[in-house]
Amino acid sequence: MSVETGGSSAAEELMPTAPAAAAGLAPAAGAAEELIQLLTPEGQRIRHSDYPLDVSARELQGLYRDLVLVRRVDTEAVGLQRQGELGLWASLLGQEAAQVGSGRALSPQDMAFPSYREHGVAWCRGVSPLKLLELFRGVSNGGWDPAEHKFHLYTIVIGSQTLHATGYAMGVQRDGLTGGSTNGDSANGDGANGDGANGNGSEAVIAYFGDGATSQGDVSEAFNWAAVNNAPIVFFCQNNQWAISEPFERQSRVPIYQRSRGFGFPGLRVDGNDVLACLAVTRQALKAAREGQGPTLIEAFTYRMGAHTTTDDPTRYRVAAELEAWKLRDPIERVKAYLLRSGAAEAGFIDEVDAEADQLGRWLRDACRAMPDPAPLSMFEHVYAGPQPILDGERDAYAAYLDSFADTAAPPPEPDDDEAQPAQPAVAQAFARGGEEL
Amino acid sequence: MSTLTLARSLNEGLRRALEDDPKVLIMGEDVGKLGGVFRITDGLQKDFGESRVMDTPLAESGIVGTAIGLALRGYRPVCEIQFDGFVYPAFNQIVAQLAKMRYRSRGQLALPVVIRIPFGGGIGAVEHHSESPEVLFAHTAGLRVVACSSGPDAYTMIQQSIRSDDPVIFFEPKRRYWEKAEVDTAAPVSEALPLDAARVVAEGSDATVLAYGPMVKVAVDAAAAAREDGRSLEVIDLRSLSPLDLPTVADSVRRTGRCVVVHEAPVYAGLGAEIAARVTEECFYSLESPVLRVGGFSIPYPASRNEDHYLPDLDRVLDAVDRAFAF
Ligand SMILES: Cc1ncc(C[n+]2csc(CCOP(=O)(O)OP(=O)(O)O)c2C)c(N)n1
Ligand SMILES: [Mg+2]
Repeated sequence: MSVETGGSSAAEELMPTAPAAAAGLAPAAGAAEELIQLLTPEGQRIRHSDYPLDVSARELQGLYRDLVLVRRVDTEAVGLQRQGELGLWASLLGQEAAQVGSGRALSPQDMAFPSYREHGVAWCRGVSPLKLLELFRGVSNGGWDPAEHKFHLYTIVIGSQTLHATGYAMGVQRDGLTGGSTNGDSANGDGANGDGANGNGSEAVIAYFGDGATSQGDVSEAFNWAAVNNAPIVFFCQNNQWAISEPFERQSRVPIYQRSRGFGFPGLRVDGNDVLACLAVTRQALKAAREGQGPTLIEAFTYRMGAHTTTDDPTRYRVAAELEAWKLRDPIERVKAYLLRSGAAEAGFIDEVDAEADQLGRWLRDACRAMPDPAPLSMFEHVYAGPQPILDGERDAYAAYLDSFADTAAPPPEPDDDEAQPAQPAVAQAFARGGEEL
Repeated sequence: MSTLTLARSLNEGLRRALEDDPKVLIMGEDVGKLGGVFRITDGLQKDFGESRVMDTPLAESGIVGTAIGLALRGYRPVCEIQFDGFVYPAFNQIVAQLAKMRYRSRGQLALPVVIRIPFGGGIGAVEHHSESPEVLFAHTAGLRVVACSSGPDAYTMIQQSIRSDDPVIFFEPKRRYWEKAEVDTAAPVSEALPLDAARVVAEGSDATVLAYGPMVKVAVDAAAAAREDGRSLEVIDLRSLSPLDLPTVADSVRRTGRCVVVHEAPVYAGLGAEIAARVTEECFYSLESPVLRVGGFSIPYPASRNEDHYLPDLDRVLDAVDRAFAF
């Protein structure tokens, strides 16, 4: 069945005009009318002339499923940290829609550059949640293959990845995979009209970062570089209102989405708790990038509902009422309400997804606990492309040193990479769907 | 005397400095209401106000760059860098500007800026939260580089650093923040051991072990263990990494004839290399063995499940002592 915006379905009557709905979410004075929203906190679908999003019932179900499952990954990870299985976890609670919406807007060939909280985007790119846990458990610094998933490693040093993403986009441009004018000097050999220029092969890049990150010089430089080069990139800023303990007012006197104007490219503010709006706006910005229209800044207006990380105590710096207000704008509840009200899904579907989440949670807990420690000598690997005599000498000396304890205590066993781990259930494999539908 | 954690000692030292001199300012990410992620500045914004204890935008280059400007205007800013691995965005401001201003102005400009950096590993953290970049700064002329290892020193050294007319990079051993000690907050700072002096923390006669920051405790524990084996180790807490208190080190090594330097930072081109060269030059005829170094490997700081293999511990220090005796 269809719940498309343009149809004369039952959904039609549920769609008031944008301003009326957005008034229910007035984040700051004067900002409400600029906030792009397609699904209200109450689950009402609203029409937006610039974003005529067509979403089938099946797609809507898929988004709901993504949202519920990534939240479950997050909840489990917080629990595992509390039990000492993880050293740390950076929760995405409250930011599921921003991440799933933008993540599902990506085409398989698009490249994403995350910060450290993009577990929902990782999910959409087919990165196993277990790989994320590895990092926070201290087993690796990010064990997935960025090229395979088109999802770069997490970047913890704030803002750095925005420049990497911009440079990557400049490479896409030079490979001739962007349509239209590159605004670049053709002497650069950027091959603007190469094969993939207007076809399916066109690529775009997306960079994720937070509100705090907008203060970093790197991010301003990335904006400028992208603009000067007309690079095919979308800057996706999740304004979750907080940078650890600092509220947004400590970072900027103007709304984030307005920052791009000074650099010469458009900026938009979207309801970051509205998965449909995030999907539609990001999709359109990616399309513009692919077509050679250059960068777009998207500010996803959302809220960090949890602590900054599991070591943080937000009661020290923010009032509980703020969280309560944002709970009413929960990114998942509104999709559920809309699904049920519009008839796009029945209660049975909701139960199925819950059961699937339970199964995913069980697998994640077991697999995390079974994850072996890295072999001590593995820390000497991959520092350089080839042998390095000083380093190799240090490794050999340390191996001999460890051997000297062999009599007194058995050295930790060299783990067998996959063997110790529980088999992955179908539900956990499903994260690999990677944008197949949307 | 009061029993304080190292973190609390720093907090008391900062409070004292804010009270003593209205020009002292504190600036950094989350240093206000939160009191910093390690609570070193806990309560200071509440008591001294937002204009003296500033939550800054999230930009390290901005923190140090504006601190330089404030210092030019007569203030004494104390900057907090949240973790060791986040100082690099400020590197340009520190090495190209902060370190050189006095020299460039032929002594007309002073920049009394303190940059506090929690450093070192051992807390099971993710990437960039466990590094030991001290030698990058020790290599830069114009900067003083110090590392405290205990609460009493933390309390006095932070105040001495703030009073210094040179910029000071102040390293704090984050894994020792929660260790408690007796601190005499009534004793005048002016009578404390000078900031650039090393301290003999355990006397001994068979070998000298040099350490600083988080490794001082490891060295002291190693000395206690060695004593059971009949070996007497002298442990020196260097405290100042630039300049180095070479006379204190050389006096000791001339008596013991053996020297082991311990730090978390990679051995390669680390502070131990400088010390080994200096000790060899100064004490050549007293040495029974080469100066040996115990430290990190020539790799990026590993994922935390391997950090116990990376970090020097008691066994690795004793292993080096054994090797020194085997020569
Ligand atoms: C260069 C740098 N400085 C400081 C930090 C410590 N730090 C980690 S997260 C964070 C706040 C980031 O806020 P924001 O950009 O809004 O992202 P969010 O955590 O809210 O997703 C800070 C200061 C860091 N990781 N990198
Ligand atoms: Mg934020």
